[in-house]
Amino acid sequence: MKEKPALDLTKIRARLDSARGPLYWKSLEELAETEEFQAFAEDEFADRTPDWNNPANRRYFLKLMGASLALAGVTACTKQPPEAIVPYVRQPEEFVPGMPLYYATAMQMGGVATGLLATSYLGRPTKIEGNPDHPGSRGACDYFHLASVLTMYDPDRAQAVSNNGRISSWVAAQVALASAREAAAIKNGDGLRILTETVTSPTLAAQIKALLKDLPGAKWHQYEPCGRHNAHLGSTLAFGRPVNTIYHFDQADVIVSLDADFLSCGPGNLIYARQFADKRRVMTNVTHSPQPKENWQEGYQEGPSAPRASQSAGYASEARGPVVLPPQVQAEGKSPDQTTLNRMYVVEPSPTPTGGMADHRIVLRAAEIEEFALALNTALGPGAPASDKFKQVAAIARDLQAHRGASVVVAGANQPPNVHALAHAMNQLLGNVGKTVTYTDPIEANPVDQRQSLAELTADMNAGKVDSIIILGGNPVYAAPADLNFAAALKKVNFRAYLSLFLDETAVLANWHLPEAHYLESWSDVRGYDGTVSIVQPLIAPLYGGKTAHEVIATLAGQPDRTCHDLVQENWQNQSNFDLFWQQSLHDGVLKNTALPAINVTAKAPASGQSATVQGLEIIFRPDPAIWDGSWANNGWLQELAKPQNKMTWDNAAWISPTTAQKLNVSTEDMLELKYQGRTLTVPVWVMPGHANDSVTVHLGYGRTHAGHTGDGVGFNAYLLRTSTAPDGGFGLEAQKAGGHYHFASTQHTQTMEGRDLVRVATLDEYKKNPQFVDEREEGKPIPQYMTLYPDYRYQGYKWGMTIDLNACVGCSACIVACQAENNIPVVGKIEVARGRHMNWIRVDRYFKGNWDNPELYYQPVPCMHCENAPCELVCPVAATVHSGDGLNQMIYNRCVGTRYCSNNCPYKVRRFNFMLYSDWYTESLKGVRNPNVTVRSRGVMEKCTYCIQRISAVKIQSEKENRRIADGEITPACAQACPTQAIAFGDINDPKSRVAQLKAQARNYSLLEELNTRPRTTYLGRLRNPNPEIEKG
Amino acid sequence: MAQIFHRSTNTISKVSLVCAVLGAGGLIAFAYAMDRGAYVTDVKVVKPQPVPFSHKHHVTDDGIDCRYCHTSVETSSFAGIPATEVCMSCHSQIWANAEILEPVRASFRSGESLEWTRVHDLPDFVYFNHSIHINKGIGCATCHGRVDQMPLTYKENTLYMNWCVNCHRNPEKYVRPRDQVFSMTYEPPANQEELGKKLVEEYHIQSLTDCYTCHR
Repeated sequence: MKEKPALDLTKIRARLDSARGPLYWKSLEELAETEEFQAFAEDEFADRTPDWNNPANRRYFLKLMGASLALAGVTACTKQPPEAIVPYVRQPEEFVPGMPLYYATAMQMGGVATGLLATSYLGRPTKIEGNPDHPGSRGACDYFHLASVLTMYDPDRAQAVSNNGRISSWVAAQVALASAREAAAIKNGDGLRILTETVTSPTLAAQIKALLKDLPGAKWHQYEPCGRHNAHLGSTLAFGRPVNTIYHFDQADVIVSLDADFLSCGPGNLIYARQFADKRRVMTNVTHSPQPKENWQEGYQEGPSAPRASQSAGYASEARGPVVLPPQVQAEGKSPDQTTLNRMYVVEPSPTPTGGMADHRIVLRAAEIEEFALALNTALGPGAPASDKFKQVAAIARDLQAHRGASVVVAGANQPPNVHALAHAMNQLLGNVGKTVTYTDPIEANPVDQRQSLAELTADMNAGKVDSIIILGGNPVYAAPADLNFAAALKKVNFRAYLSLFLDETAVLANWHLPEAHYLESWSDVRGYDGTVSIVQPLIAPLYGGKTAHEVIATLAGQPDRTCHDLVQENWQNQSNFDLFWQQSLHDGVLKNTALPAINVTAKAPASGQSATVQGLEIIFRPDPAIWDGSWANNGWLQELAKPQNKMTWDNAAWISPTTAQKLNVSTEDMLELKYQGRTLTVPVWVMPGHANDSVTVHLGYGRTHAGHTGDGVGFNAYLLRTSTAPDGGFGLEAQKAGGHYHFASTQHTQTMEGRDLVRVATLDEYKKNPQFVDEREEGKPIPQYMTLYPDYRYQGYKWGMTIDLNACVGCSACIVACQAENNIPVVGKIEVARGRHMNWIRVDRYFKGNWDNPELYYQPVPCMHCENAPCELVCPVAATVHSGDGLNQMIYNRCVGTRYCSNNCPYKVRRFNFMLYSDWYTESLKGVRNPNVTVRSRGVMEKCTYCIQRISAVKIQSEKENRRIADGEITPACAQACPTQAIAFGDINDPKSRVAQLKAQARNYSLLEELNTRPRTTYLGRLRNPNPEIEKG
Repeated sequence: MAQIFHRSTNTISKVSLVCAVLGAGGLIAFAYAMDRGAYVTDVKVVKPQPVPFSHKHHVTDDGIDCRYCHTSVETSSFAGIPATEVCMSCHSQIWANAEILEPVRASFRSGESLEWTRVHDLPDFVYFNHSIHINKGIGCATCHGRVDQMPLTYKENTLYMNWCVNCHRNPEKYVRPRDQVFSMTYEPPANQEELGKKLVEEYHIQSLTDCYTCHR
């Protein structure tokens, strides 16, 4: 790739200020109209550099053509290779070959469980979905859950017990563990240390506590690099002890988030997103008029799930049966005047999905937020003087006070304890406790200050007080604060055993490495965000003989033969009617009545205003949106996931605001040298509109050296700058431009639609005045009504369609990974992504609106539109993409010859081409993760969203066997299934009562580029904002 | 000017023209014959199996129903190949010492599966579902032939797409009453055309020729 000229930020600013540019923009490059952006805009696959390097001469050309001709002929003559059928010797009773089985299980992140349903084909887990019965999921899951199944099949996983790098056995490791215990037992346990991540598992906690009772001198340390330290310290400040805070956003009309990204990460994020979106769901009785053409109810004769009485009811063929003329679907709902929305204020330094959903996003440096919280707290008090620094505070305080008991203040995980204490105090002051906020005991079994716990351990190791250490996951050598120098301290310990999935940075320093069983391979129990216990149930025997933390602790406790299954069962043995209880718990995925009861606590008045000095440049450490604290670094699905805010893949960067970029004289992809507390790191810059000025966000988790083939050497290790004194960042950063240039692979220019009005937004007041605001065109031109000589095709049976509610979509990107897992979508790597060749069938576009200091953020998921008049179908020379009888735009791989005409002709840019053999056909373990109902595509084939045809087919076959119509809601595509906010609806538009038909009848319904008369089946519902009129004016 | 070409060139050119046409035709014929022939399609070709299992014996002589072994044919896409245990439910009693059944007993003893060679093998981009065909009145024999007369199992039809589509376009020619689906001896009645139309109505058979019906 050739060197790119730096962005001319001054020119962009001028363009934004003069408001000549597009209203909605995707990136600064778009505004600057850089060469690179133009290339992407003009050509879907911009970089056409051939994939081979040999210069083509005449001789080479002839050789190549001769070979192709011969091969073309020869390959056509291949016989199908013989295949074997290998039946069971004794077939399990519940097992029907060809049919999936579903198991309830749970996955924990940071100790917080989310209940899941895992799909298993022939004993292979292939897909993870949320468990509708779990309070923290309600059927949804995020991309970590979805991608976890790939980690299980990861060929880089540790595959054997190793002793100082040599392959050993579990029995030998048990002997070693037992002798470590013996050695410690002589000294009453002194010198034995256990280091875990956050533990909420009742069984594991009981085991460790029993062990510590036996060996009182031993100690249990915990450390989680991106945990809930601040929340715990904050609640200790407020209540005198750590408590668990649970929010009820379904009761909240006014939300103030103090740097809390509660919609996309942290405990309960899925259910919080659902509750938040429920308060934003708008259904009114104003019908879209004229109704979009694809919403005509043709030939619909029967209620949705009624059994068929007569022969051909509902199935009239073209030749027979009356054709019902299109009635209008009447939109059902409240009158627009009665529409209510919650209102959210987000104060944050660096853009998050939660900030994108805010009605007012206030950009402050991270360290200024405490001051803001203090000001807000003061303003809530009686007769407070208006804050002169933060103009909006008075208005927000008035709004909060007007919604006493129906408001909530949330503090973010990266904010210091004081901010949390202030949030608790404000919630109490506003009477929110017991309504929008409840408190319970901590879900953690042992809620210690983990940062202190790790510091103590390191000090003891350095002092030679530790003889044996058992580390259960967490990779502390990589993730521990840089100033602790954990690796050097660890080397001073005689016996170092480490249990983990991968041979990572810590494993290299351990004498004994024990391969860990993945959660899909192990028995355990773990608590959800509200304390609800779920049993972790395995779907498959450990692939590489992995062991669980339960088994390691049991070995230490002198019970080497206990399996994790026995241990978990034993822990719950005291339940009455145990067998029934156990079966029921496994089936439901939750243990009844285990949610922690609400407790009454009173918040102390927060310490009065002594906020940190605000000066100079600030650094902020955040877990990476895609790979979190680095533990997901070897997961290709997550590495290639376009991060919600900047659509970057395969990298991290230093995010700075455009103004700061000008000040530092750098631009996107320039290198920046960061010097913080005597440590230096050179990181490429990403200029992020909407970022706070004089502030730099760096994401943790990258720069791994022992992650595996996928994660090694990707990005920059920000842990090198993170110390125990400033784990969330702070002031005193020095930054200066370093030499060199870096290339990012961001998808934000790929498949761009160039600023046409694709996102349509109105404020609540505008909506009340004009419910059909989506039809108001910027240019003032009406949508042309097209005429055609051909009569419309009549859909007599089903007519599939989709709506995406932009009002509910929080841009979390779970749909992308859900689709990837369901449809066997390959990972292509950074170089190919940079060429615009990423393969995800659904993308989430992110738009900015307004100035670059604090633009509004909008998210828009874009799958295939399944156009009625599909432009792709007209240009395919081999009819590999055609329309089906129920209105799907079909893509037939075995017919496709790879001309790419369809993709050229697609105005929505939703088609993806296999330029190379992207699917891994050769790694044995990865074959297991594939969905057997979807073809694994080969090189030279076009592909795109199918509305999950395999799911439609499965339900259709079932309904046909039962001789009934498919009921509404029976088919859920993978994206809609995963969506935490249920923003995506799918169903039969021929059924006027279906959810999707109802949504399409809404006045907010619009299609993308309707002026092209493609008549998409996927339509959007316009976004509504609910700004505070007081602030909007000023 | 002297002639450049010899007189014989006339004959040679004519002969080569004829040869070219015939040759091209021959090639096409050869390719077609290959494509439709048993070498490629495996029609009526018996494949080696671990045990020389006879459908003729089990179906005709013993009168065992298809579903005794192919248990999931009515519920799943895959008809199911019997587990060794199913074989042993009889063969632990009868022919318990037969030489040819040793692989079955060995499998039962060791817990190692028998490895059968697939006879009806569709390409991986085709998604066929047994249960819906059974449910809509397509007999086993319609596709698999008279299995009851096969001492060793072979493929009766090519399973080519045009063969599938032939029925998907004209189901009335092949559909039979549901109670006759598993019958091997069912013969289509003289009024098949009429009966077929009636059954297509009754069973709500849609002539499914959408690509997505089989390819996804």
